[in-house]
Amino acid sequence: MSAIYILWVRQLKRYLRARSRIVASLGQPLLFLLGLGFGFGPIFQRAGQGNYIQFLAPGVIAMTILFTSVFAGIELIWDRQFGFLKETLVAPVPRILIMIGRTLGGATVAMIQGLIVVAICMAAGFRVHTVGGLPLAFVFMALTALLFTALGTALASLLEDFQGFQLIMNFLVMPIFFLSGALFPLTNVPTALNAIARLDPLSYGVDGLRTALSGVAHFGAATDLAVLCAATAAALAVGSYLFSRIQL
Amino acid sequence: MIAVRNLVKTFGELTAVNGISFEVQRGEIFAFLGPNGAGKTTTIKMLTTLLRPTSGSVELDGLDPVTDQHEARKRFGIVFQDPSLDDELTAWENMDFHGVLYKVPRKLRHERTETLLKLFELWDRRDDPAKQFSGGMRRRLEIARSLLHTPKIIFLDEPTLGLDPQTRNQLWTLVKQLNEEEQVTVFLTTHYMEEAERVARRIAIIDHGAIVAQGSPGELMKQTGAETLEQAFLALTGSSIRDEDASSMDQMRKMARAFRGGGRRS
Repeated sequence: MSAIYILWVRQLKRYLRARSRIVASLGQPLLFLLGLGFGFGPIFQRAGQGNYIQFLAPGVIAMTILFTSVFAGIELIWDRQFGFLKETLVAPVPRILIMIGRTLGGATVAMIQGLIVVAICMAAGFRVHTVGGLPLAFVFMALTALLFTALGTALASLLEDFQGFQLIMNFLVMPIFFLSGALFPLTNVPTALNAIARLDPLSYGVDGLRTALSGVAHFGAATDLAVLCAATAAALAVGSYLFSRIQL
Repeated sequence: MIAVRNLVKTFGELTAVNGISFEVQRGEIFAFLGPNGAGKTTTIKMLTTLLRPTSGSVELDGLDPVTDQHEARKRFGIVFQDPSLDDELTAWENMDFHGVLYKVPRKLRHERTETLLKLFELWDRRDDPAKQFSGGMRRRLEIARSLLHTPKIIFLDEPTLGLDPQTRNQLWTLVKQLNEEEQVTVFLTTHYMEEAERVARRIAIIDHGAIVAQGSPGELMKQTGAETLEQAFLALTGSSIRDEDASSMDQMRKMARAFRGGGRRS
């Protein structure tokens, strides 16, 4: 247990010390919220879909969590390159605990970023549908954060250096984001896009958050919760397996 | 304290370590020398549970690092050839992290951290992040850290690489002091023969994965009729230059790629 705790603390300390990174990583959601939100707002309204900020905010929160947590998982490559990974892997601690500690740490950092973006959204005019939805929103944020931190860790276990990082961003993380329904409603989209969105785990995170925060559901909270739990469990299992196979 | 018998490690076609045997006594400083790519790091990895031997046996303080990985890991500390600090954490935090991972009780952990940081002259800098440290300070911190859980053996893999003579001198003085005060067994590798001659009680020289000579520095010099350990080393291993092919990890990757049929980058 203490091993999990100290790994978790380490991730948090590293996060809190990288102030410029915190600020930089909040720029993107802000841009999406203001640029897209206010830019497409009038069209969205005219199409009879209501307030776009109310629709978009959960998507932007999910995006923040996605990017932060994948990045936190991928940070493993840094640890490997700068040698710190050896220090943890040669310690008398089962690897699974190291994996759990890292993942919880990364997911916590992603949650913090997500909560900051919730505050930014509120400042931009977003209003929570009911206060009662907040605990549920918290659950969806946590699941999304765990899922993608584990995914990042799994990917980082396979990569030896940063060369593959850009590839992952462009061919995995960006599609996961753009095809998830974070930016547009999934009703009436072409069948192919709908099918892809159904396979995209982030779709359920976005939908769950939107249900909890804005009161608009596509799949429904029960489906979202079930799919996310299953996907998170799978990602943790795969991540742990790949992490356990890292050779120094 | 360490007993190695007929230890072999192969990576596919390549035999990195070819049936070596040696023993390290409790409390002694043992130097493991050899040219680049001779099999030093592969051997250390097998001794420290990071690599499974192909055949042969290793005994660490009576334990088998393959079957009793956890217990074995508590018994040794290691300073890797490459840096292994968290640069964002302070000296104190790096120590504390290590202490928690090795389950050193809090009070003892704090006491020992203070003792070691003072001994290694890092106490005044304990709250500075490691990224602000010089090469010598980092090395000192790594050695201090490796001793935090009071191991019975410490492995120092080329700890003085890239350090200036003053720092190297200071490091070996400290290592000798700790060896005497805490009776910690020291297993070291280095390319600086005068260091091995100065600190090691016994030396094994490995070349092409096999041990070519073993004994005290004096014995090795006598055996080869050399006047310095450096000359003895050259007499035993030849003077042709070795380009280290790659680390054992790279070799494993190479093998893995070969198995997968080409794969990614060459």
